Amino acid sequence: MRIALFVTCLADTMFPAAAQATVRLLERLGHEVVFPAEQTCCGQMHINTGYQKDAVPLVRRHVRTFAGYDVVVAPSGSCVGSVRHQHAMVAAAAGDEGLAARAGDVAARTYELSELLVDVLGVEDVGAYYPHRVTYHPTCHSLRVLRVGDKPVRLLRRVRGLDLVELPAADQCCGFGGTFAVKNADTSTAMLTDKMRHVLATGADVCTAGDASCLMHIGGGLSRLHTGVRTVHLAEILAATEAAR
Amino acid sequence: MTRRTFLGMPGPRDGGPGEHPVTAPRGVGHLRGDESFPAAARKALADPQLRRNLAHATTTIRGKSARVIAELPDWQQLRDAGSALKADTMARLPELLEELEAAVTAAGGVVHWATDANQANRIVADLVRATGADRVIKVKSMATQEIGLNEALQEAGVTPVETDLAELIVQLGDDRPSHILVPAIHRNRAEIREIFLRAMPGVDPGLTDEPAVLAAAARRYLRETFLRTPVAVSGANFAIAETGTLAVVESEGNGRMCLTLPDTLITVMGIEKVVPTWQDLEVFLQLLPRSSTGERMNPYTSMWTGVTPGDGPQNVHLVLLDNGRSAVLADPAGRQALHCIRCSACLNVCPVYERTGGHAYGSVYPGPIGAVLSPQLTGVPDNASLPYASSLCGACYDACPVRIDIPSMLVHLRNQAPHPRTESAAMAAAAYTMDRPRLYAAAQRAARLTRLAGRRGRGLPPPLTGWTASRDLPDPPPETFRDWWARR
Repeated sequence: MRIALFVTCLADTMFPAAAQATVRLLERLGHEVVFPAEQTCCGQMHINTGYQKDAVPLVRRHVRTFAGYDVVVAPSGSCVGSVRHQHAMVAAAAGDEGLAARAGDVAARTYELSELLVDVLGVEDVGAYYPHRVTYHPTCHSLRVLRVGDKPVRLLRRVRGLDLVELPAADQCCGFGGTFAVKNADTSTAMLTDKMRHVLATGADVCTAGDASCLMHIGGGLSRLHTGVRTVHLAEILAATEAAR
Repeated sequence: MTRRTFLGMPGPRDGGPGEHPVTAPRGVGHLRGDESFPAAARKALADPQLRRNLAHATTTIRGKSARVIAELPDWQQLRDAGSALKADTMARLPELLEELEAAVTAAGGVVHWATDANQANRIVADLVRATGADRVIKVKSMATQEIGLNEALQEAGVTPVETDLAELIVQLGDDRPSHILVPAIHRNRAEIREIFLRAMPGVDPGLTDEPAVLAAAARRYLRETFLRTPVAVSGANFAIAETGTLAVVESEGNGRMCLTLPDTLITVMGIEKVVPTWQDLEVFLQLLPRSSTGERMNPYTSMWTGVTPGDGPQNVHLVLLDNGRSAVLADPAGRQALHCIRCSACLNVCPVYERTGGHAYGSVYPGPIGAVLSPQLTGVPDNASLPYASSLCGACYDACPVRIDIPSMLVHLRNQAPHPRTESAAMAAAAYTMDRPRLYAAAQRAARLTRLAGRRGRGLPPPLTGWTASRDLPDPPPETFRDWWARR
């Protein structure tokens, strides 16, 4: 299958390892990955911070960039959530019904990584090997906007060597929330502290999730406190193999 | 939509284009805080007792509620029904209110229309004064808290006595409610004992902090008050348009005392509380208790239809309160806020509310629903920080028994908030850059170099200091993904 990678601006700039892992994983499974270079950002930050008008050109760009592809994948529940649940709304609010319709088309063919693997490609055992104790944080937008459910966990359970430990109060937000983490830094930190407390309680040495943004937040806290616990994107775990070690 | 449709509503303001919808007035009531949410939240977060009380209480209610909701196989269908009933009600609110007025009037009640808090307070104070009473007993009511009725009554020489146990704790403590359903959720029993010892008339000085002992002390005080006060003021959970029946649901029975013992009963109700028919209550009386207190049904459901000669209050008044609601109704994207049945489920599941408590929101309506409702009632500029008091985690939307899409409404309202100039400029620059891939790639490289030159993850300039105060930034990667891809 020919799959277009929607890398997301955050993974492109700060967490290329997650995007590279997505490419390696899909190629290993026998698919062709293409990277449309005209892509930049889906506009979620603008939309969610109250700058919906500024986001219109970004929505237009995103839709134009990905209109020609049958399947689009992003290593982010949050950015796929924005594409699926906000792009058409933003276009319609700007009075561009044509764009709204095209945005709806692109959204219907855009998948978060675990959705693509389990729902579209029908695979749960991706042949990965990752000998670590891992806990999984279901990010809010993958959980409550995309409803990915236990798909990421099903993928992780089939990873050889991986000891998956359940995260207490897993469905609670880590406190990132985009600009929320800056505008309400104190509240965000209080939420993060509880998330870290639960992560540490599992005894895991790796905390994983399907969103680089939430991992940047949780990882930033774990690093500041020198906890010795790492954050690793789900794609990187699924891309890891014994041969690559 | 125009405002002239409400029967009897004074002074329709027929705005041409550009006229702002009429919002709740300043200087009266409790819809606006003294400081921004982040500033107020900072203080709340620093209070360990508050944090402990809130975490304990919200976790307990969440668990109770989840258990009784799980018992109903048709819970999602009930939510759909509740949502549809509310959407239908809002679509024909003017005619339903006229129907309600006609039915209440036919049953011997008197209906008053109040465009705002000042008018509602005046109407109630005049009605109380006309009875000659200098004290009223109150059923717990959000609408009267919203308009600051207690303060208005005191100014008119009337003493209001809150009879809901938690509201009484708040009143005796000279405090503010911090939760829609559990106004004293921020207090534990040791604190309540201290408040009673300090402020409850005739309290036993040997009072302990056993819940049963505290409840008995309140009961002794309240029973005497019930028997000696001829006027009561209540809110209403529902008003049935077809019959003119008003409904109050509560857990203690103190509400029922107020609703049945006095000669005069004055009910202040937001105009969105009307439901079309008796049968509609079937849906809401299942949704409300399971979502709010985690009970299968609420312990006391009181309903009254006008005046019943020789039984209960002989003078029954209904004050229909707008106070910004017509402005909310006029916004198709914001209108859902009026669907709220004040169950508080969104507060109990909100990770922000659980840590800051209700006072940080400034308004009597805290939590996720307050973060959308308060700014809409007052106009967003008067509560500009509230739409941002959420990480958009979506827990509120999942919990709402009438499926109010609070996250989408928060995002909608953020567009109406005044933005800091530096932020606007940065956002515009970011959008400009992100619409030009080459410029974007250059900016990525520049950002990386800047980061490499600086110290690792600390000391970003404002406003990003909020991030680095408690979180490191990751080390910049050796190259961006698109550079890696290009060289691959």
